[in-house]
Amino acid sequence: MNGSNDKLRMFFRNGLGVFGLVLVVLFFASAIFASFFATHDPFAMDIPNRMSGPTLQNWAGTDQLGRDTYSRVIYGGRVALKVAAIGVSLSLFIGLILGMVAGYGPKWLDSLLLLLFDAIRSFPTIVLALAAVALLGPSLELVLAVVIITSIPGYARLARTSTLALKNTEFIMSEKALGAGSWLIIWRHIMPNVIGPLLILAAMDVPVVVTIEAGLSFLGLGVLPPTASWGTILNEGYLVVRDTPWPIIAGGIPLILTTLGFTFLGEALRDVFDPRLRKG
Amino acid sequence: MILYLFKRILLSFIIIFIAILALFLMLHMIPGDPVSIALGPRATPEVQAAYAAKMHLDKPLFHQFLIFIGNVLQGDLGSDVFSGRSVTETLSEQLPFTFTLALTGLGWAALVGIPLGCLSAIKSNSWIDKLTGVLSVGTIAIPSFLVSIWAILLFSITLRWMPVIGAGKPGDFLDQLHHLILPAFAVGLGWVGYLARMVRASMLEVLGENFIRTSYAFGLPPRTIIFRYALKVAILPTITLIGIGFGSLLSGAVFAEIIFSRPGIGKLIYDMVLSRNFPVIQGAVLVTVALYAFVTLLADLFVSWLDPRVRETL
Repeated sequence: MNGSNDKLRMFFRNGLGVFGLVLVVLFFASAIFASFFATHDPFAMDIPNRMSGPTLQNWAGTDQLGRDTYSRVIYGGRVALKVAAIGVSLSLFIGLILGMVAGYGPKWLDSLLLLLFDAIRSFPTIVLALAAVALLGPSLELVLAVVIITSIPGYARLARTSTLALKNTEFIMSEKALGAGSWLIIWRHIMPNVIGPLLILAAMDVPVVVTIEAGLSFLGLGVLPPTASWGTILNEGYLVVRDTPWPIIAGGIPLILTTLGFTFLGEALRDVFDPRLRKG
Repeated sequence: MILYLFKRILLSFIIIFIAILALFLMLHMIPGDPVSIALGPRATPEVQAAYAAKMHLDKPLFHQFLIFIGNVLQGDLGSDVFSGRSVTETLSEQLPFTFTLALTGLGWAALVGIPLGCLSAIKSNSWIDKLTGVLSVGTIAIPSFLVSIWAILLFSITLRWMPVIGAGKPGDFLDQLHHLILPAFAVGLGWVGYLARMVRASMLEVLGENFIRTSYAFGLPPRTIIFRYALKVAILPTITLIGIGFGSLLSGAVFAEIIFSRPGIGKLIYDMVLSRNFPVIQGAVLVTVALYAFVTLLADLFVSWLDPRVRETL
């Protein structure tokens, strides 16, 4: 019990980590309770009042249709949260299983899976995404699929390395001697020992995923207008950039805050739970 | 070393082969019959059959795949659906623009980031170190496409110092340079932070080692020790990082090309996606993947040449 108290104290002594935690909580809260945080309906148009700067009514100004930019940014967080939650958890889960199978299974399977991971990693994400959009047309589901496929190898490689280290330890050997099946050993004994570093990697992966979504939506190849997402706000704002700078300023800030939040939180967690992972 | 070299090169070829296979299969997953799309609804069955025979579309899928591989190996990536131009020709026209942008971006980042990393390692925990730390995280946190947009907003629209779009007049070097500054800034900014952090961490490790202490004991000037001895060892992880990060460098260049309307592979793929010109997309993606595989291969071989322990991991 004392150990976990120590870790908690270690975490809260890390100022940047706490700052990151606050940003991450804000990210979740503003997306989940968007209707509470927003001041306007994100789709309500107010044409006479369009492209205004920040005022007391419209905290971040209005866009080319007079929609309140602040409220659209808040609702845009929902798309980001959806992509991050589904994308990161699915790729973590698939990567974990494939990585443990590669590490624990026969050598040929290991080599085959490693080759597959390397092949996937050899596609630059954005180029893969562009090719997929060309074939299937833009959609949120496609963005998710690209995100999941390209992040699996990272988790799988990490899980594989830790599994390899565990494979020949005494407690796994004795499980085997007692006659436990491979799946039982993998699920009940290897998984709990492997998952920690993967969760930290997942925290650091959230901003990557959110940025891919925003980038593709900015290019008009991800989420499509009128849905409010940070990418579509930037996309629509860029078209009227000569009239009002506020949409592209307001649409970019949450991207930076999300990245900072998850990076600081991830690094603080890593320092507390697994200092070995630290490299620069 | 020779065995490692052989295995590593084989791996690159397998990866490129898988990429070709994936692209081929993806292209055959598109709904619709390629013959009727190419010729329109009013073509007679005879014309359709002749076209199918000419494009080898009447042969089994596996046979088509072999023909496709054969063409790729001969440098024939097919031709543009609309203009009929050879894809290889189009690509070789666009590639230099992307190279210039990626290399200038990486270049200025290395020129600023590596010395910054050294400086904060030497003066670790001073205010310079802390400022560098904050700046590094800050530059890494801004996605490169956002840097492009905000740079246009600040330097081109508000201050009017820089041109917004294009690559400059052909032949006019100064104009081209002027058009290169903002995109290269956007592509490189995140790398400044990355490189500074990476160099700082490995430099701190190296500075604690015995041979550095010995050099200090011999009375060598600190500048010689740091730049001649320590940096040589500390730069290794950075080289791997650049190799691995080449993909994200390329992604940054793709965004910058599209936002600044510069010619290049990224802009080409984007335009072709919008007009659904599949042979060009296919060729461009293939070249990008091959390029990426080649750069990671070079980085791996270079590091394994410098550090023999790496060879045992493959």
